[in-house]
Amino acid sequence: MSSATDVSTQMNIDSGLTADDPRLDIPRNLGGSQLQNLDGLLLPIVSGIAVSLLARFVLDWDGLMSTVVVAVIAAMAFVWVGTRERSGSLVATNSVVTALVWLSGTVAIGAIVWMLVFVIEKGSKRFGLSYFTHDMAKVGPLDPGGGVLHSIVGTLEQVGIAATFSIPISVLTAVYLHEIRGRISTVVRFIVNAMTGLPSIVSGLVVYALWVSGHGYSGAAAAAALTILMIPTVTRTAEEILRTIPDHYREGALALGAQRWRVVVKVVLPAARSGLITATILGVARAIGETAPVRLTALGTQAFNGNPFKDPQSNLTTFVWDQVRSGNAVQIERAWTGAMVLVVMVLVLFTAARFVSSRGSSSKGR
Amino acid sequence: MTAVLDLTTTTRTSSTLRAENLSAWFGKRKVLERCSLGMAANTVTALIGPSGCGKSTFIRMLNRMHELVPSAQMAGSVYLDDTDIYGGGLTAPEVRREIGMVFQKPNPFPSMSIRQNVLAGLALSGTRTSGHDELVERCLRGAGLWNEVKDRLNDNGAGLSGGQQQRLCIARALALKPKVLLMDEPCSALDPISTRVIEQTIAELAAEVTIVIVTHNMQQAQRVSNTCAFFLVEDYGQPGRIVEFGITTDMFGNPTDQRTADYVSGRFG
Repeated sequence: MSSATDVSTQMNIDSGLTADDPRLDIPRNLGGSQLQNLDGLLLPIVSGIAVSLLARFVLDWDGLMSTVVVAVIAAMAFVWVGTRERSGSLVATNSVVTALVWLSGTVAIGAIVWMLVFVIEKGSKRFGLSYFTHDMAKVGPLDPGGGVLHSIVGTLEQVGIAATFSIPISVLTAVYLHEIRGRISTVVRFIVNAMTGLPSIVSGLVVYALWVSGHGYSGAAAAAALTILMIPTVTRTAEEILRTIPDHYREGALALGAQRWRVVVKVVLPAARSGLITATILGVARAIGETAPVRLTALGTQAFNGNPFKDPQSNLTTFVWDQVRSGNAVQIERAWTGAMVLVVMVLVLFTAARFVSSRGSSSKGR
Repeated sequence: MTAVLDLTTTTRTSSTLRAENLSAWFGKRKVLERCSLGMAANTVTALIGPSGCGKSTFIRMLNRMHELVPSAQMAGSVYLDDTDIYGGGLTAPEVRREIGMVFQKPNPFPSMSIRQNVLAGLALSGTRTSGHDELVERCLRGAGLWNEVKDRLNDNGAGLSGGQQQRLCIARALALKPKVLLMDEPCSALDPISTRVIEQTIAELAAEVTIVIVTHNMQQAQRVSNTCAFFLVEDYGQPGRIVEFGITTDMFGNPTDQRTADYVSGRFG
């Protein structure tokens, strides 16, 4: 037991450095989070891959999958053995998990990037200004010309009409489910959830039976089918977004004597804005890639049809389908370019929405 | 039994609030039983007592926030001067505009600037919010925040410190010119310096509005309040009741009930 004097003497720390010593301002290396630290894991991973390739060559076995599997197992084994030697099995296990997490992330991102590069590489062959200014009318099967003008216009009109209807309906439904919590909200939520799993061809069939069979194919019929598909996606995401807005904002607004609908319009929806934009993008992204319901309702054409309310209309997905099915090289190239345009459209849309929503909140000092 | 104090020294510009036999339930559970309390104009009334004794429920019944909880029920009456706020003559939003509230956690609206936050009460009742520079300044001065924010009224309210946010919430409540201001543990999330600024604000505001404040801080109750009510749950599962009320100095200096004496001196609770 030390006396009070001892303790207070111990409180006096002398590091031997003067106050102006530059060493005092050198930041320590904290190493970062352990799951982020790949130091020392690269060599064993590379060795694992090398062993797998070597084995494949020496043993003369075939098959990409088996090579990959063997490479991963060998790499993990090297990581484990290598780290255990130095730091014990606890750290070794941590290293293996770290390596696996990195590997999974790399594979996921790699797959997407590879697909993008693949589509762009295949699609850029036919890419050019005329591709956007021409339709497929009067283009023979083996002609090199032709373009997607009619399909781009079709996609924009169909998805645009679908978004015009489905976004307000979805946001209002989400408000009903989470802000108003009306009597039938459980039933509505059940139906919305069930509808998220609705196969897209079913929505196409329904619109076909109720509308197209009587009034003929049209872009608006496709828009109706896409609306049915968008509503559950957007509603569900929007409801999740509203859930993230803390109740004390609503309470604060109600305590100021606000009516409930004004609380929603003036406080909740503005606070949820960036999330709601994401929700609508998810809905649009779903609709823009649908093929089957569009085929059943707008059919698809070779010629330009700017009127979505009358006669068959093309769409980028039906365009790709038509071109790729024809089987000759020029048309398959055109299909790839169509696919590329579709992917780029989704990417541009997503980036634009992110930009809009982030700029909106940062301008107010967040 | 009510405890309306005769404070003849003050000029009464605000209103008296009178709670009569307030009981409250959440579902089947009774959390508050027959609480009656008068809160005189131009005074600060502190509600004290251990956690879970129904202080917050009581204060939320004073401006009809209690009924927002789906399973909540209540009995009794609350009179703002001579009007029963549950009497049917006033709607709940009308009551809340007369009787403002500041919460435990500062909650300035995240999508609004400082200025918009002050005027939020107007915007939320459908009034135009252009102009009103004078009102914004008066409310922010009233809440003791003007000097800190006068050069950045268009910045986001969420960028302020916790104490500043809480004073912004007070300014927001003042913009509706309420007769009563209810404060539910307004300083419990704040540091001592911010707390002191808020307490000064409360002292200045008492000239204009009747203030009711819930606090767990005995020193704070002594510093800011003229009158005081002590809430207590006597046995587990029982509803909370008001054990004693009176002038704050008496409550702390010479309480009549032993339980009050024990509580204010920190011997239990």
